[in-house]
Formats: sequence, C-alpha cells, structure tokens
Amino acid sequence: MEQIIANGLYLGAQYALIALGLTLIFSLMNVLNFAHGQMYVLGGFITYTVVAQLGLPFLLGILVSGLLLALMGAGVEKYLFRPVVARSVREESTMLLAAGIAFFLDAVILLLFGEKQRGIPKIVDGVFNWDFRIIMPYDRIVVGLLALAAVAAFILYMRYSRTGRAMRALAQDRTAAQLMGVDVNRYSMFGFALGAMLAGVAGGLLVSITGVNLGMGGPTSIKAFMMIMIGGAGVISGAIAGGFILGMMESVGLTVLAAYGDVTYLIIFASLMVFLAFRPQGLMGKPWG
Amino acid sequence: MTLFKKLLGVGLFLALVLVLVPWLIERSGRWDFYYTLTSVALLSIASAGVWLTFYIGRINIGQGAYALVGGYVSAILVTQAGMNFWLTLPLAGLFCALLSVLIGLPILRLRGVYFAMVTLVLTEVVRLTALALPITNGARGIVNIPLPTELSLFGLTLIPDFGTLANPKLAFYLAAVIMMILSYAVLYRIVHSRLGHLCRSLQQNEELAASIGVNITYLRILAYSISSFFGGIAGASFVNISQSIYPSSFQVVDSVNFMLNCFLGGLGYVFGPMLGTLLLYFGWDLLFTTGKYQLLIYSSLLILLMLVLPNGLLSLRLSRKAKQPAQASPDKQPSGATP
Repeated sequence: MEQIIANGLYLGAQYALIALGLTLIFSLMNVLNFAHGQMYVLGGFITYTVVAQLGLPFLLGILVSGLLLALMGAGVEKYLFRPVVARSVREESTMLLAAGIAFFLDAVILLLFGEKQRGIPKIVDGVFNWDFRIIMPYDRIVVGLLALAAVAAFILYMRYSRTGRAMRALAQDRTAAQLMGVDVNRYSMFGFALGAMLAGVAGGLLVSITGVNLGMGGPTSIKAFMMIMIGGAGVISGAIAGGFILGMMESVGLTVLAAYGDVTYLIIFASLMVFLAFRPQGLMGKPWG
Repeated sequence: MTLFKKLLGVGLFLALVLVLVPWLIERSGRWDFYYTLTSVALLSIASAGVWLTFYIGRINIGQGAYALVGGYVSAILVTQAGMNFWLTLPLAGLFCALLSVLIGLPILRLRGVYFAMVTLVLTEVVRLTALALPITNGARGIVNIPLPTELSLFGLTLIPDFGTLANPKLAFYLAAVIMMILSYAVLYRIVHSRLGHLCRSLQQNEELAASIGVNITYLRILAYSISSFFGGIAGASFVNISQSIYPSSFQVVDSVNFMLNCFLGGLGYVFGPMLGTLLLYFGWDLLFTTGKYQLLIYSSLLILLMLVLPNGLLSLRLSRKAKQPAQASPDKQPSGATP
C-alpha cells in the first residue's frame, strides 16, 4: 500500500507540473493548447540533447529546455495566437491553430530528433528501500522532489510577484485588468511563455526516468486535459489537485486492476465522465469559467 | 439566392462529382483517386455531423468515437450475423444515435472547452473499450469483411452485388458520393428549418433561448444524436470499404481532423465541412510525394491558412460579396458566444 501511495505521489508531482502549464494558458488566453503534449516532448528532447549529446549537467539541461520552450511559447503567442484571436469571429478558431501547431511540432521533432526512444544516463544511482515496504530508485525521488519544487516555485511566483499578480488579474477578468492598467498583451505573452516553460521543464524531468519518444505528445495532452477537467479548467489549485488525483488513480489502478488486463484507463475515463455529469466544472472550477 | 440559381448549383455539383470526376479519372488513369475521393466523401459525412454540433455551440472532438462504434456495429452484424451491409448501415447509425442520447444526457450539460475535452476523452474511451471487449476481437480487429452484397426489393435489384462488379472502386465512389449528397441535403434542410433557427438560438445564448421557451435539453440531444448518426454511417461505410476494422481505425487524431475540417471550411457555412475535408484529406494525400517533410509542410500550411483566414475558407466569398452585413455581425457575435 505504501508503495502505491509513493508511486502515486511521484506520478502526481509530474502530472501537476504539466497540468499547471496547460491551465495557465487556458485561464489567460481561453485557448485550449492542443500542442501542450508536444511541447512537453520537445522539452524532453532538448534536455536529452544537452545532457546526452553535449555531456552537460542535468540541471543545466532542464534550464535550457525551460528557457527555449519559454521563448517558443512567447513567439507562438505573439505571432500566431494574438493575430488569430483578434480577427476570428468565434474564439474556438484558436483550436485549429493549436492543433496545427501540435502537428507542426510533431513534424519538427521528427525531423530534428527522429523516431527513436531517447533517454539519458541515470542522474543518481541506487535504490531507496524502506524495509521492502517502499522501494524506489533515488533518481525518481530526486525527480519527484524537483517537480514538487517547481510547482511550489510557480505558486509562490504567481502569489507574490508583480507579474504573477498581473496574470491572476488577467485570468479573473480580462477587461477589468485592462482597465486597471495591466498590459494585457504583454502578460498574455508572458503567461504563454511560462506555461510552455512548465511543459519543457516537465519533459526535461521525465527524460531522466522513462525517456521520450515522438508518440508521447498526443497521449500526454489527453492526460493533461483530464487533469484539468478533474480539478477545473483555469484554476491553479485545481490543476495541482487533478494531477495528483490522476497520478494516484493510475498508480492504484495499475496495481489493483493488473489482473484484468489493460483496463485502468478505461475505468479512469468512465469514472471521469460520471464525475463530470455531477460536477461539470470539476472540483474547484467556476461554473462556465 | 433564387431558386433557379440554387438548382443550377446543385445540378452543376452533381454533374461534377457523378460524371466529370469519373471521366477525368478514366482519362488520366489515376485509379487511386477513387479511393481518396471515396474517403473524402465518407469523412465529410462525419464532419457534417461535427458541424451540426458546432451549430448548437458545442465543440465536438468525439466524432471518431461514433465512427468507430458504427464501424464495429456494421462489421459485427456483417461478419457474425451475416446481414447485408446496406441493412447494417442504418442500424449502425441508429445505434450510434441511441448511444449518443445516453452519453449526451450528462455531457451536453457541459459547455465550451469542457465539452470539447470530454468528447476528446470519449474517443479514447471507445478505443479502449474496443480493445477490451471480446466481441470486437481486441487489437487484432475484425478483418476480411465481405464486400457489400446485393440489395433487392421485391426481386428488383436496387444495389448490385459489389463483389461481382467489374469496377468496385467506381461503385464505392458513387455510393459514397450519393450518401454524402443525401447527408448534406438533410443538413441543409435542418439548418434552413425551424429546427435550424432554434439551434442558432442555442449557439448564441442558451439561457436566453430557454427563457423564451425553447426546450434546450431536447434540442441539444436531438442535434447531437443526428450528428452521431452521421458519424455512425460514415464509420460503417468506411469499414466496409477498407474491409477491416481495428480499435485504431478511428482515434483521437481522426476526431481532431473531423473538427478541423469544419473549422477550415468555415463554421457558418453548411457546405464548409465538405470543402474542408476535401482540402485537408486531398492536401495530405498530394503532399505524400514530399516524403518526410509531409507533416511539416501540411502543418505549416494549416497555420498559415489560419493566420490569413481565421474564419474559414468560405468566409473569403462572404467578405467580398456582402461586406456590410459581414462587418456588422462579428462585433456582436463574440459577446453572445461567451456569456
């Protein structure tokens, strides 16, 4: 049992990091970022390049993928989303753009890094073993803690920095924020960059454990969508809760339902739909946020 | 548009797809285009369904689920019950419509992005269900589905046996195109009826519509089930053309593509999804020659198109012809779409 909880917490910390980025972009721009999973995969590949190809330290790899992804996110917002949002009649049109970007990133990843599964050498050797009740490799613990630290840093940043306050204001009410003198364009771009950065950092963390491959983008996006549906779209605490809940469900499901074959996700999906029938806005979302 | 002009347009379109295209293919010898165009016709039926859900203001990324369900219903009925494909076609559609009522009752209460995400998840649920159930034969799928057999009424052959035809590709093409035309005729009729007006009221403001006395729950379910019916028959026909079905026959990417078809063609135009499907599918097919750069070029074009024409391809025609009304409506619509 302890083992299941430990696994769930480890998964949850990573998932929360992914969901945070997605929910941030959604709350600021009202854009459902289909390309989030691809951004995550791209982050993984950048870390792989820095660490395995160039032989630089792991933390630097994560830093580089975070920065590059942030730059890319800012560019995507400024040159793609902003003009389309301004000119389209129905704001759902951004979905087509987001899907196009997802395809584009898939193509770029395919051309730059190929189809192969890539991984980096273990960052820490050894296995933590508590009386055979919890067995967990040290590198997983380190990655889990790093993910938690990133989540904590993000929350503190959003709560106490001037930029964070501006973004929260933007998420609450775009027009009101604008009237109070918040530079809407600038902070939208900044928020998108931050969201993409979180995806990049999560991808960089992941590559040290399971490696990355091209096909992971789509499924990751779907998982991230589920997390923010559980917690409520556009709510930071909801994204974190959703991430941990999904991580825990996955961990429990894979252990308990192992005998019945690959039905864990089927059951998670089905229960999610039942849950949403009763609480459409998720755990912490505002109705029709 | 006058009645004469409309009839002329329909006539020209029929001549184009039923006479000119087969003739051109015959002349050029590109027989592979039949398969491509058949796929376009069938996929555009599914896209028409997605478009109808857009019309009530819901973003539907779950059409792949119904296409897969329809495909399995038809495949199982044909292979295990030995039924005629042409009879399984409406059954597959009806099964999907019924299923969508059950699923739609809870999830149609969701709006905007929530509905979009739930339908996306639905595609994945159906794929996993198909993997897990014994009757669908898991990952191995159902293969060797026989070609559609003869359909006769009182000894009169309505549709000949596809297995005995000299050119089953042409037959499939014609069948698919006729189905597409019928589907879009139905769609056009729905949109230009009282039902269509009511659906438009849902798109703009559900609370307001409800306060005037529109039964929004009933309408939502109705539109969604019609949409799923389209998805079901499209999936069933597709499966019978490729003569096989796997859980991966329709997956999330397909669901997203159905939605993209609608966006690309333009959400305000009944024939938008048809154009969108043609362009997306054909464009993808033509880019095949570029090899590994296929996806790169395709996605770049998609992004560019979105930057230039964010309101869909057919908006090009509208903005030129009716400038004044087109300018008046965009100012109003965003505030109505996001209460």
